Amino acid sequence: SAGRAMAAGGRSWFRALALGVSFLKCLLIPAYYSTDFEVHRNWLAITHNLPLSQWYYEATSEWTLDYPPFFAWFEYALSHVAKYFDPKMLVIENLNYTSRATVFFQRFSVIFTDILFIYAVRECCRCVNGKRAAKDVLEKPTFILAVLLLWNFGLLIVDHIHFQYNGFLFGLMLLSVARLCQKRYLEGALLFAVLLHFKHIYVYVAPAYGIYLLRSYCFTANNADGSLKWRSFSFLHVTLLGLIVCLVSALSMGPFIVLGQLPQVISRLFPFKRGLCHAYWAPNFWALYNAMDKALTIFGVKCNFLDPTKIPKASMTGGLVQEFQHTVLPSVTPLATLICTFISILPSVFCLWFKPQGPRGFLQCLVLCALSSFMFGWHVHEKAILLAILPLSLLSVQRAKDAGIYLILTTTGHFSLFPLLFTPPELPIKILLMLLFTVYSFSSLKSLFRRERPLLNWLETIYLIQLVPLEIFCEIIFPLTPWKQHFPFVPLLLTSVYCALGVTYAWVKLYISVLTERISVRQKAE
Amino acid sequence: ALCILLYPGLILIDHGHFHLGFALWGVLCLSYDWDLLGSVAFCLALNYKQMELYHSLSFFCYLLGKCFKKGLKGKGLVLLTKIAGTVVVSFAVCWLPFCTDMEQIMQVLRRLFPIDRGLFEACMFSSPPPYCKLANIWCSLSVLIKIKNIVSPQTQLKLSFVVTFLSLLPTCIKLTVQPSLRGFKFALVSCALSFFLFSFQVHEKSILLVSVPVCLIINEIPFMATWFLLVSTFSMLPLLLKDGLLLAYAVTMLAFLSVCVASFSIFEKTSAEDLQLKPFSLSLKGYVSWFKSFPKIVRSLFLLSLTLMGVLSLMSAAVHPPQRLPDLFPVSVSIISCLHFLLFLVYFNVVILWDSKNSRSQKKIS
Repeated sequence: SAGRAMAAGGRSWFRALALGVSFLKCLLIPAYYSTDFEVHRNWLAITHNLPLSQWYYEATSEWTLDYPPFFAWFEYALSHVAKYFDPKMLVIENLNYTSRATVFFQRFSVIFTDILFIYAVRECCRCVNGKRAAKDVLEKPTFILAVLLLWNFGLLIVDHIHFQYNGFLFGLMLLSVARLCQKRYLEGALLFAVLLHFKHIYVYVAPAYGIYLLRSYCFTANNADGSLKWRSFSFLHVTLLGLIVCLVSALSMGPFIVLGQLPQVISRLFPFKRGLCHAYWAPNFWALYNAMDKALTIFGVKCNFLDPTKIPKASMTGGLVQEFQHTVLPSVTPLATLICTFISILPSVFCLWFKPQGPRGFLQCLVLCALSSFMFGWHVHEKAILLAILPLSLLSVQRAKDAGIYLILTTTGHFSLFPLLFTPPELPIKILLMLLFTVYSFSSLKSLFRRERPLLNWLETIYLIQLVPLEIFCEIIFPLTPWKQHFPFVPLLLTSVYCALGVTYAWVKLYISVLTERISVRQKAE
Repeated sequence: ALCILLYPGLILIDHGHFHLGFALWGVLCLSYDWDLLGSVAFCLALNYKQMELYHSLSFFCYLLGKCFKKGLKGKGLVLLTKIAGTVVVSFAVCWLPFCTDMEQIMQVLRRLFPIDRGLFEACMFSSPPPYCKLANIWCSLSVLIKIKNIVSPQTQLKLSFVVTFLSLLPTCIKLTVQPSLRGFKFALVSCALSFFLFSFQVHEKSILLVSVPVCLIINEIPFMATWFLLVSTFSMLPLLLKDGLLLAYAVTMLAFLSVCVASFSIFEKTSAEDLQLKPFSLSLKGYVSWFKSFPKIVRSLFLLSLTLMGVLSLMSAAVHPPQRLPDLFPVSVSIISCLHFLLFLVYFNVVILWDSKNSRSQKKIS
């Protein structure tokens, strides 16, 4: 009866979903928050009290300003509302100040700015068209997409428990994607340029945007067989795009260039002094590399190939981020990671250039860029997996193959976020929310594509099921064993290595499906 | 089902609700005509928590009525003996360890029903003057007249007993004479509500004993049920504030209201027919002429009551009470809730008492 009522309500189901998830976010206000909470409080204080010239030099707190200027202006705007809640949070010296009003204000600001994300999801739902018109609202691709995006488990726990402002940033990204799908290229480019100056992590997907805009907007026509028509190059479009990018950058970086602070800003934004991996290894290629190195070390010591005294004592999963050297395999420098990332992006970018398939091709390239940068980047945080998961949701409700890859990537990606919430009261919350989201995504995508072959083969299903014993071991069994004192990093190691396998597999599978699809299209055209 | 699960009262008051679970099993069994199983379930509920006595009268009258309907000679008598036997056996099983001697049993009973304490010692007291902060009729009256000073504890007990009994009588008689499942569910609500309003030693959480049966009939009268469930959670506000659950209270109330509005579209269903008041309005048609705008009146009353509850919740949380009246907000909450509950009691009784006439007349027509 609830379903019938929802179907009769037209678009009211979207409102119900948005309202429901907002209520859930309100209930999560008293939950655990990480040091990111203090980070943002500090930035509120810095931008409120100090003049512009001091923003990127202030270092009273260890959490210095390391986001681009637009985000600093955003914190400045927030600080003017904050002073009505609790003026003491705006004092820079009040390190770790956490009154109830502070917690309420900051949490509520995240919930409020998520309005942009909700709007962007609505726009994306408009771009998605299902093949068959489903009678029941609950089976429509737009409904499933709305749930997968609005109630995304990763976004919920990263934004509303761990505390970050990813909601509205992803809203900007999804909105720019939607605008590009609607062929409103200039708006899409503007939104992305603004987004870049809010959080520079989105530079991971900038190649996709650049190549797509160049190919589909600057060259306005294609030849009969789909290849590039060099004559159709439009100087007007290029100029407009260039103007937008320059204008946005000038607005953001201009004041700092005038003050001559650009090198300082750049050094704050890209702190390469941090190590290859975060304290908890993100589940990317380097996690597997590190694990291999450790395994070979132990093997080498046991077989007396290596001298135990020469091995450095630095622990790779220690609490602080430190540089370390690999023992057996060659050490990795930032330049090496950049080259690896660049090489891994190239095939998808070439595909986008030589055979653009409109917005869908663009989305595929975007996801691949995000995933490749996640796989090979320097000092990647595991939260960056969301950069790949959210755009992939758009693809997953349209094709069965993408849905299968999405299920693998999402489940392992979300599982790898578990170590972010390590406090006991959050354990039931994170497990229940994860179960809710995973069960829904599996059942809805399976029922959406029930006429095609199964989404996952038996190997993938076994891999995903093994996550449950892994979780039980890490959370329940391991703390009760005597090894907890000597090897406290074992659960983190196991989680990140196991998830790295899943993420790598999803990445490879997506790449292969994109490349083989292009090749088959080309063969069909010929 | 979603609405029942989202009922704020149950979510916010985490308690051992096993007795409610057993009672619900009892109702479920009775709805399938498995009378014996239902009786066993209810006895277990009763022996888990004596608060279940609120519901006991409804169960008793309904089963008795069923036996009468089947004829007192023959099938009915057989059923009666079977049920009586089951009840005795269940009680015996539960009470076995205590049946060593009479004194044990008396001590248990004395602990279960602390009659010596007086009408409202159990509810939350602060410093004198002892204003009771419970949505009970005696507590609300004690604001105006000090019953404690007028009558002795024994008389208080007898008074409350008599008033409770009188308020229960119409419904119980009706249920015994005409047992129907629908009437049974409504009777659960009205009996429990009578007990809550008029008996002694009532705790605020006992309102849950009334709310859970209301959840069962939410399908039949969505509007009134939603209204009642909101008021019942509101009546527990002082307790929730003490536990620091203000945010959870606000969010769950809003969520519950939204879900009910969305799934049942309660604002459209406020006519006399939807409120099951058709037979009553038919008999009143000669006397009262304003029944035409009945839905609008009901809707505006609901919105008024919602605003009142919202304002009072806000004030209880944000504003400090004046020095002379430190208990202003809890007492206002309880008085307003009590008024609402009295109106609901009248409403539920009206629905039960006028219910069968309609079905009888319908049977006559068909």
